[in-house]
Amino acid sequence: MELVMHMLSTGLSTITDVLPIVGVIFGFQLLVLRQMIPNMKSVMIGFAYVLVGLTLFLVGLEEALFPVGKLMAQQLTDPVFILGTVHVIGETLNWNDYGWVYLFAAAIGFSTTIAEPALIAVAIKANQISAGAISVWGLRIAVAIGAAVGIALGTFRIVTGMPLHYFIIGGYIIVVLQTAFAPRMIIALAYDSGGVTTSTVTVPLVTALGLGLASTIPGRSALLDGFGLIAFACLFPIMSVIAYAQIGEWWTKRQSRKQMEDDPDARD
Amino acid sequence: MNQLRSLFGTLTSSIRDLLPIVLVVAFFQLVVIQQPFPDLARVLTGLLLVVLGLAFFVRGLEQGLFPIGESIAYAFARKGNLFWLLLFAFALGFATTIAEPALTAVAGEAARIAADGGHIADDDKSRAGYALGLRITVALSVGVAILTGVYRIVRGWPIQYLIIAGYIGVVIMTVFAPPEIIGIAYDSGAVTTSTVTVPLVTALGVGLAESIKGRNPMVDGFGLIAFASLTPMIFVMGYGMII
Repeated sequence: MELVMHMLSTGLSTITDVLPIVGVIFGFQLLVLRQMIPNMKSVMIGFAYVLVGLTLFLVGLEEALFPVGKLMAQQLTDPVFILGTVHVIGETLNWNDYGWVYLFAAAIGFSTTIAEPALIAVAIKANQISAGAISVWGLRIAVAIGAAVGIALGTFRIVTGMPLHYFIIGGYIIVVLQTAFAPRMIIALAYDSGGVTTSTVTVPLVTALGLGLASTIPGRSALLDGFGLIAFACLFPIMSVIAYAQIGEWWTKRQSRKQMEDDPDARD
Repeated sequence: MNQLRSLFGTLTSSIRDLLPIVLVVAFFQLVVIQQPFPDLARVLTGLLLVVLGLAFFVRGLEQGLFPIGESIAYAFARKGNLFWLLLFAFALGFATTIAEPALTAVAGEAARIAADGGHIADDDKSRAGYALGLRITVALSVGVAILTGVYRIVRGWPIQYLIIAGYIGVVIMTVFAPPEIIGIAYDSGAVTTSTVTVPLVTALGVGLAESIKGRNPMVDGFGLIAFASLTPMIFVMGYGMII
């Protein structure tokens, strides 16, 4: 019964979330473009699938993963747990005592990104347009690695208390340098992959981790230091996706060179 | 029969999508923290819902969201009226953001920080006003972002110069913005792009690039989301400076 109520309320909030979008689309279709969408019925069914899917997805996450994941984030960042694992005597903890926290941050960053529906959408689209040159899983894994590194580094920043903007500005400089050498077709997709990493699945768990850390470490304020993890999770996938494209390009070149060496007659 | 088989296929791939998360949570719960799951039946029911939900969503993506985005892009390209296209881009960005639940949560949090820092009076009314102002600011910024991004696709400008200019804007604003707002501003870029917006906007961009002569969908079609995650940072820091 409780579950049904939960579903109804989540479904309702999904619909209110989508309503303005539907309003804009239909408003422009009717008033400006003066045409109806082709295959109206099938598209409407598809839209209903999206609403139902999103509702079930959110309810399931809130029932199953978020409570456990949030509790886990609190327990892992609890000084009692950390003291228990590192066997130090004394009151101060060093940044290197938080090994499990970094590992958890990386693992949760990677796995939530793989499950992120918005990223699945972009990967499907990129695969279609690139005629298969960009594989759905290749892109998703590249983004997930970026998110993992980013969130782990973000927890390190909270533990050490270094200023957020140093990391972000440093990251920007690396992205700009990488852009100069990147294959042209990947650039826009790479910039996009930063924004799609963080939505339904990642944000709640990662925010819980950040707030948990910031509230248990002496000298950190949950409000000042707890934020910023999401920004890390957005920035690093840009780097990893560009790197993915560069490695792919290098690999293809190497393969074709190898082929030529193996088979001199194939040279034209 | 075919329908059933394809549904089964979608379900299996949803399970594969969720497997990493389940493994990570189980490993940390059982091996690192060494505690059993508090309510296993509930966790399993929830997981079942997540798998079903993801399968439905992916199905709806291909049948609903992608076709809508593309057909609108084609229709605007045929119509050839830039003004209406840009107005549509702005309206879409604004509308998808203003109702975004994640943004509402962040705005409430930001209002609390501003009240604690003494920037606004610490009562319900001024906090609600601050939060609403912030939401409108972010929605405006996403509207501007999608508008800029669509105009870029129409013109065929290389994306990197615009993004780098945006980065410089973020860095400059960081110097002048009050420190309390910086973390929130950086995070607000990420929360604006929701699960429904991303596929729709991506399909719009790619559809435009496909239907305008001389544009390559791969080089020009993507990038709308990138703008939508960049401009909120600048706008939110600006909001923090003004209020």
